[in-house]
Amino acid sequence: MLRITCPFCGERDYTEFRYGGDATKPRPAHGTSDRQVWHDFVFLFDNPKGPHREYWQHVLGCRQWLVLDRNTATNSVGESHVPREVASK
Amino acid sequence: MSSRYSALSLARHALSDAPWPRAWGSPQPKPNYEVLVIGGGGHGLATAYYLARNHGIKNIAVIERAYIGSGNVGRNTTLVRSNYVIDGNTQFFEFSMQLWEGLSHDLNFNVMLSQRGQIVLAHGPGQHDALARKGNIMRLNGIDAELLDRGDVMKILPYLDYSDEARFPIYGGLLQRRAGTVRHDAVAWGYARAAASLGVDIIEGCEVTGFVIQDGKVTGVETNRGRILAGRTAIAVAGHSSHLAAMAGLRLPIESHLLQAFVSEPIKPFVDHVISFGAELFYISQSDKGGLVFGGHIDGFNTYTQRGQFPKVQTVAECAVALIPSISRIRLLRHWAGIQDMTPDGSPYIGRTPLRNLYIDGGWCYQGFKATPAAGWCLAHTVAHDEEHTLNRCYALDRFERGAELDDYGIGNWTYKQ
Repeated sequence: MLRITCPFCGERDYTEFRYGGDATKPRPAHGTSDRQVWHDFVFLFDNPKGPHREYWQHVLGCRQWLVLDRNTATNSVGESHVPREVASK
Repeated sequence: MSSRYSALSLARHALSDAPWPRAWGSPQPKPNYEVLVIGGGGHGLATAYYLARNHGIKNIAVIERAYIGSGNVGRNTTLVRSNYVIDGNTQFFEFSMQLWEGLSHDLNFNVMLSQRGQIVLAHGPGQHDALARKGNIMRLNGIDAELLDRGDVMKILPYLDYSDEARFPIYGGLLQRRAGTVRHDAVAWGYARAAASLGVDIIEGCEVTGFVIQDGKVTGVETNRGRILAGRTAIAVAGHSSHLAAMAGLRLPIESHLLQAFVSEPIKPFVDHVISFGAELFYISQSDKGGLVFGGHIDGFNTYTQRGQFPKVQTVAECAVALIPSISRIRLLRHWAGIQDMTPDGSPYIGRTPLRNLYIDGGWCYQGFKATPAAGWCLAHTVAHDEEHTLNRCYALDRFERGAELDDYGIGNWTYKQ
């Protein structure tokens, strides 16, 4: 069982969470009119086999979003972070 | 190399002590090929076979990282069917179904196609109406479909839960009689043997480590067994499409997810059809060895591990028992997982890429096995003519840029819908 540490609630089974995608993609600036930029943001994925920084939401807990470091080749879980703190770095 | 299989060759062989000859050889890679196919799974081998047979190309190699049949061609639930809704999918999967129907003769290898019929269940009037619409679309495309009411389903599948306690009461269903199962390993072996007999080099234990690219044109690959040059290169490595495409500097609309499948201990013949539950994604059939073979949804997050999570085992087992209570005490024999390329609209990619002389077949979400013959046929056509076949124009890699999504379920990305 994959176990994820919610920065607010502590370590829980992954079934309490919902996967939310790659957390390293920069969202295009509000008002960007270039459709190619939006296409790349919405539809293209790096999808690496190895270290991956990603969003999860603790849907069956505090419902907060978090950022998790996980290796997609092994499923080994690293640190989890508060998204606001990741964004401010 | 291999001779033609027949009743006579079987009888002759029974009288001799000699082992059967190997079905395909193990050639050393040549420095140069006209077409190089990366991936020795069902799709890659089918592509090589049709390139040789339909297009008369002589100098072809298939390179496989591990061994033939080690990937998703041996990790599926062996179902074949053509009950789709959207134009594009409907015609493509029906063409695949027609190729399945002649495949054993075509390959001179028994792929054990069993057209036992597939029944999709409806659990309420709304769902039944949706199945009626699907059936009508299929029939308008010349595909067989029969709408069943509750009484019809009770006659065909008497062992389902029709009691008042059923969590999801059965309202009706849609039957495609031509659908069924195929022995998946035989598909890999049959295509490999048939391709090898047409002169295709099948090179196992050969892993791609990079692409040779000159002026936006792919001219070959680097492998653990040296550089192999090729006029045209095709990628057919679904599950790892992104990983390989990244070596060529491409980003794809794909995320890799895990799908588990299960087989129970063998029991006497019981489930004579393929049954799809309508209340959850769940499908079950019985193998010739007697095991109940079933599967469900993807695990729900991206991974390349080929190891499933236990909560999904429980969900799938709950579906099985909700549908067929009498199997509740049957033990699970084993379960396994395959990596799937999940795409934003649930449909695959077959066609050209932004790099010249590089072609791709990937993005198979759930439907890769049943598509094997048609995917090979269409990719071979695309490679041979540098232009898509009519049947795979809808599967272009750039369709999201053009707003030409092919979303058969009408719900967008399956990946996060759990």
